[in-house]
Amino acid sequence: MKNDFLLQIKELKASIDNKEILKGLSLEVKPGEIHAIMGPNGSGKSTLASVLTGREIATVTHGTVTFEGRNLLEMSPEERAREGIFLSFQYPIEIPGVSMVNFMKTAINEQRKHRGLEPLTASEFLRQMREKKELVEIDSALTNRSVNEGFSGGEKKKNEIFQMAMLEPRLALLDETDSGLDIDALRIVANGVNKIRRPDTSVIVITHYQRLLDYIVPDHVHVLYDGRIVRSAGPELALELEERGYDWIRKEAEVSAESWTTGQK
Amino acid sequence: MEKDQDKVLDEVTSGEYKYGFVTEIETDVIPAGLNEDVIRLISSKKEEPEWLLEFRLKAFRHWQTMKMPQWANLKIPEIRYQDIIFYAAPKQKIAPSSLSDVDPELLRTFDKLGIPLEEQKHLTGVAVDAVMDSISVKTTFRETLAEMGIIFCSFSEAVKEHPTLVQKYLASVVPHTDNFFASLNSAVFSDGSFCYIPKGVRCPMELSTYFRINASNTGQFERTLLIADEGSYVSYLEGCTAPMRDENQLHAAVVEIIAERGAEVKYSTVQNWYPGDKEGKGGIFNFVTKRGICKGDDSKISWTQVETGSAVTWKYPSCILRGDNSTGEFYSVAVTNNYQQADTGTKMIHIGKNTRSTIVSKGISAGHGQNSYRGLVKVLRKAESARNFSQCDSLLLGDRCGAHTFPYIEVDNPSAIVEHEATTSRIGEDQIFYCNQRGISTEDAIGLIVNGYAREVINKLPMEFAVEAQKLLQISLEGSVG
Repeated sequence: MKNDFLLQIKELKASIDNKEILKGLSLEVKPGEIHAIMGPNGSGKSTLASVLTGREIATVTHGTVTFEGRNLLEMSPEERAREGIFLSFQYPIEIPGVSMVNFMKTAINEQRKHRGLEPLTASEFLRQMREKKELVEIDSALTNRSVNEGFSGGEKKKNEIFQMAMLEPRLALLDETDSGLDIDALRIVANGVNKIRRPDTSVIVITHYQRLLDYIVPDHVHVLYDGRIVRSAGPELALELEERGYDWIRKEAEVSAESWTTGQK
Repeated sequence: MEKDQDKVLDEVTSGEYKYGFVTEIETDVIPAGLNEDVIRLISSKKEEPEWLLEFRLKAFRHWQTMKMPQWANLKIPEIRYQDIIFYAAPKQKIAPSSLSDVDPELLRTFDKLGIPLEEQKHLTGVAVDAVMDSISVKTTFRETLAEMGIIFCSFSEAVKEHPTLVQKYLASVVPHTDNFFASLNSAVFSDGSFCYIPKGVRCPMELSTYFRINASNTGQFERTLLIADEGSYVSYLEGCTAPMRDENQLHAAVVEIIAERGAEVKYSTVQNWYPGDKEGKGGIFNFVTKRGICKGDDSKISWTQVETGSAVTWKYPSCILRGDNSTGEFYSVAVTNNYQQADTGTKMIHIGKNTRSTIVSKGISAGHGQNSYRGLVKVLRKAESARNFSQCDSLLLGDRCGAHTFPYIEVDNPSAIVEHEATTSRIGEDQIFYCNQRGISTEDAIGLIVNGYAREVINKLPMEFAVEAQKLLQISLEGSVG
C-alpha cells in the first residue's frame, strides 16, 4: 500500500567525522506541505540536508528515510536529484568555464532520461529558460555566464531558485536560502519559490530566522535542537522563536533530556 | 567516499583507446637501423633531387654529434635508434591520381578514423591530406584549391612540383642543426603536408593533415611546411592516431610556418597518439619541433593544441615575432592520465616593435600523469613596446599525479610589459556534488568541469573540431576524480 507521505524520516541518526550530529530525528512530509526547520547554529540543520541529498560527508548510523515509499538512503545523489529532490545550497558552488546554459541543459536532460523522456529540443529548452528567468526575476546576463562564477551572494541565491524552477522538484530543500540576502532580494527569492511551486510540491525550509517565513508560509514549524526535533507546531511557533530566541527551547530540551535519561534509569 | 572515487577513477582510466586497431595491408618496409645508406635509400624511394639528399646527409652528420636533450622534466627509457624502421609505406602508387587508385583497405582505415577521403562525403569546407606511416595516401580538394592558386599537397609531391618554393623555405625556420629531434627529422623525414597560400588569398576551407602510424617498430617523421604569402589567411588542422602496441614508437616531426607581411596562420592540433596502457606500457614518444616566423609586419601566427595522447610529449610550438606589430598566440590543453608524461609549452621571441604574444596553457593531470609547462618569453633589445601575457593553469585529478611550471622570461628592452599568471587547482568534491545534486553523474560532472576549465582553449579550435576535442577530453579523463 502506498502511504500518503512524500518523505518519511524515522529515528534518523547521522554522524560527521564520527561525531553524532542527528540523534534520532523523525519527520513526515506530505505532498504540497511546507515545513520549516528552525534551530540554533550547530543543531544539525545542514546535516539533515546533507543526509537527504546523499552528500557523503554525513554517515547514517540508524533509522530510515523513504521518499515516495522507496528507501532514499540507497539512492546515489544524482538519482535522488532525478527523482525530484532539489537542494538550494546555502553556499552555491562556482564552476568556472561551464555555462549556465550547458549546465542546466545537462541537468534537465539527465532528469528526462531518468523518466524515460526524450531530451528537450534546443528551442524548447531556451523557451523554458526565458520563461523561468522572468518568473524568478533573474538577470538575463547571469544565465549567459559560468555557473555562479563572479555572482554576488544574492545572485547566487536567485540562481538556485532559477534552477529549482527549471527542474520542478517534488521536494525542495531550501538551506538557509535567506542568509546574505537584503530585503528586496529576499522577497524576490521567496516570491519565486511561491510562483514555481505546484500544488503537490513539498518544501522544507531550513532557516535560522523567521523572516523568510513571512513570505513562504509554512504549514508546520519544527525546532531542531541537538540533533532532535524538540517541538513542532504551526507557523505561530516561528514568531515565538523570533521573539524569544532559542534559549528557552534549549532549557526545555535540556530539562526533558534529563528527565528522559532519568526515566530510563 | 574515497573508495567510491577510486572506483570511478578506475573506471575512467580504463577508458579504451578507440583508434587502436591495425590495418592489414602490404607495406614496403626498409630494414631497421640508421646510417647514410638508409638515408640514401629513403631519398631514392622518394625520387628526390640531389640537393635534398645533401640536406638530409648534412643533418644526419650533425645529428651524430648530438646527444638527446636531458633538460625536460620527463623520464624516458633509452631509445635504440638502430632498432627503429625509418621508412614504411603502404604499397601503392605514390600520389594516386584518383581515389580508384587508392587501396580500398586504406580508404576503409581512414573511414574508420572518421576521415572519409571521398570529397563529396567529407565535411564541406575541410581539405584533407591523409598520411599513413611514411607517405601521403591522398589529398582532397587539391583541384578546387588550385583554382585560387593555393598549393596543398604532400611534401613529397611539393618537392617534385614546386622545388623552388620548398628549397627556399625548408629549414628556414627550424634549421637542420636546431635540436636533436629536429636534426633527426631533417635526416629521415618521410612525408607530411606542404601548403602555400598566395598573396591576398583567404583560404576558403580548413586545410588539414591526418597522420596515422600503422606499421610496427616504425617511427614517423613527418615534415610540414606552411607558407602564407602577403595578406593571406589560412586555418590549418592536424590530427593523429596510432594502433595500440606494447612497444613504444617514435614520432619526431618538424612543422615550419612562414607568415609574410599581413598574413595570418591559425594552426590547430588535436593530438591523440596512442598513450600506452594503464600500466604505462607502450605508447608513442612524441618529440615535435613546431615553429613559425612572423616574417613580415602585421602578421600573426596562432597555435592551438589539444594534447591528449602519447606516452611522452615533448613539444614547444613557438613564434618568432620578427615583423613589427606581429602577433603570436599559443593556446594549449594538455592531458596526462595513467603514466603519461608531457613537457610542453612555447617560446615567444619578440624581435620587432610592438610585437604581442599571448600564452594560455591549461594542464590537466590524472592518474600518475606528469604535466609540465615550459615556456620562454624573450624580448630582444630592439623590440620596442613588446607585450606578453601568459597564463598557466594546472588542474589535478587525484593525488598521484603532478603539475609543474617552468616559465622563463628574458627581457632586454625596458619598454616591454610581460605578465605571467599561474594557478593550480583540483576538481573540488563540492563541485562534483553540486552537479550530482542537479542529477548529473560524477563522470559527466568531471567532463563538464574539465571542459569548462579548458573552454578558453577549445573555443579557439574550428567548430567541428571543438566538439571532437570536448569528447576526447571527456574520454581521456572519464572518472578520474580527485
